[in-house]
Amino acid sequence: MSPVGAITRKEIRSYFVSPIAYVVAAVFLLLIGLLSYLAVLSVSNRSLQMLRLQGNMPELNVNEMVFRPVFENMAVVMLLVVPILTMRLLAEEKKLKTMELLLTSPVTIADIVLGKFFAAFTIFAGMLALTASGALALVPFAEFRWTPILTAYLGTLLLGGLFLSAGLFASSLTENQIISIMLSFGFLLIIWLFGWAGQLFSDTVLGAILTYLSPIDHFLNMIKGLIETKDLVYFLAGITFSLFLTYRVIESQRWRS
Amino acid sequence: MIDVKHLTKLYGTKTAIADVTFSVEKGEVLAFLGPNGAGKTTTMRILTGALPATSGTARVAGHDCFDQPMEVKRAIGYLPEVPPLYGEMTVNEYLTFVGRIKGVDPAQLPAALDRTLERLSLGDVRGRLIANLSRGYKQRVGLAQAIIHDPPVLVLDEPTSGLDPKQIIEIRELIKELAGSHTIILSTHILPEATAVARRVVIIHEGRIVAEDSQERLSARLRRSEKVSVMVKTPPTDVRERLQALPGVLSVHQDDPQTFLVEAELGHDLREDLGRFVVTSGWGLLELKPVSITLEDVFLRLTQEESDKGEGDRPIVEEVRS
Ligand SMILES: Nc1ncnc2c1ncn2[C@@H]1O[C@H](COP(=O)(O)OP(=O)(O)O)[C@@H](O)[C@H]1O
Ligand SMILES: [Mg+2]
Repeated sequence: MSPVGAITRKEIRSYFVSPIAYVVAAVFLLLIGLLSYLAVLSVSNRSLQMLRLQGNMPELNVNEMVFRPVFENMAVVMLLVVPILTMRLLAEEKKLKTMELLLTSPVTIADIVLGKFFAAFTIFAGMLALTASGALALVPFAEFRWTPILTAYLGTLLLGGLFLSAGLFASSLTENQIISIMLSFGFLLIIWLFGWAGQLFSDTVLGAILTYLSPIDHFLNMIKGLIETKDLVYFLAGITFSLFLTYRVIESQRWRS
Repeated sequence: MIDVKHLTKLYGTKTAIADVTFSVEKGEVLAFLGPNGAGKTTTMRILTGALPATSGTARVAGHDCFDQPMEVKRAIGYLPEVPPLYGEMTVNEYLTFVGRIKGVDPAQLPAALDRTLERLSLGDVRGRLIANLSRGYKQRVGLAQAIIHDPPVLVLDEPTSGLDPKQIIEIRELIKELAGSHTIILSTHILPEATAVARRVVIIHEGRIVAEDSQERLSARLRRSEKVSVMVKTPPTDVRERLQALPGVLSVHQDDPQTFLVEAELGHDLREDLGRFVVTSGWGLLELKPVSITLEDVFLRLTQEESDKGEGDRPIVEEVRS
């Protein structure tokens, strides 16, 4: 087994033993379920209203009216939930002094960083896959297009990857899990706010830069069913950059300690 | 097998070790002895490739610790001061994980696991969570972690610290068993530990090596006098003066009411004269034995020499005994 594989397996196991995986998945699915239910409820209320007023059943765009708000809200839920998946990844190894084992084994720092990232990403992807049951449950009752839903899932996966890589970076900076999670919240909210700030200066170069740096627009494009290279590049570059920073932090801690 | 030359490490501006040079032959057991803060852990972490040195070179099994860290890491089994254990894993799961990251061939891993558990008598607890094991068992799991990939070199940082006396003896026995098949360097701040497990001792103090030799040769080099302990049944009140008057005697100390420590010039064996004198004086000779210098004396003398030179004014004795 490759070193990355060994580390990934160990971390995934730890998610279920700890049992962070179950708790996070339960809270995440509950929130997504509630949000979806509210979205469906508001759409059906509105259509009933129109039926009463106009006497006919309007054409409803389920993609626009149900799925889009659910995915938008899912991003906000992820801001709160994803840092829980990454907070202990490196902080705890340092606290327990088990980092010493990893650093004196014939594995590279890149193996350690990637192994941890893949483990968190696997758990997140698993959680996300479970939300698909909601979409499947709507199939008998409504007509909708699958393509925008698939691109939205891809966008959510990439957004999750970005959040996880930022969280892993936060975890590399401290031995304390509470500090780790607070740093993650800080990083994620700051890049999120870039998007709002970008709107304020929307005609300026600064505004364009801030908007590009924030995941919001890239994510919204993918929810709409658009797959564009600039959005994909944004997410992949962001993930690579965070993982690279994590690598550098571990390397420099090795030199100092 | 281990070759360290002029190794220096600074943490910021603080010198942790300075110009450390020593080597360990294949199959040898070397004790690295020094009080807390002497630089033992720093030296060991450089050897394991975990920490880069500021200057100097270190080679393990023919590989440079800085330029070829992967080869060095494969050749070393390392037990850090705090054993790196995951409490939420069972012993089996933990050692399997360590085997994988140490690069043990997956096909051989089950056999390596069984062999390791057997060698450290961990078979009975293989299914237990590490968090629930006693301190002694945890230390054994730490040792198991160091040997699972059957490395030629073992680096053990204070392997008995924090254990109770029975556990200390067990771990020492295990280290002696491992000595047959591995080159071992172990650190300790406890003097009898070095004598108990190692044939050769390097003494480090405030980052510098103050002595490096076999335990016997170190003693010989530092010996300045011959000591004999004599126990008599009815010592007269002026016993010390009368012993002192014997030819060649340098000093006489009273250990307890009946036991006296008589010190003579180097190369002057007092036993015959002393025995005859006590017997003819009619004091009742109970015991007469030469006192060999211990590593403890060696260490005290070395570190005292060091502080006589004006370096370091702290008493080392207390730290060592704590
Ligand atoms: N990470 C570090 N940063 C700064 N100083 C350190 C660090 N680690 C050790 N030291 C200092 O280096 C010296 C040697 O420490 P160490 O190698 O741990 O000694 P020992 O293992 O013999 O007790 C000590 O004075 C210690 O305070
Ligand atoms: Mg130490």
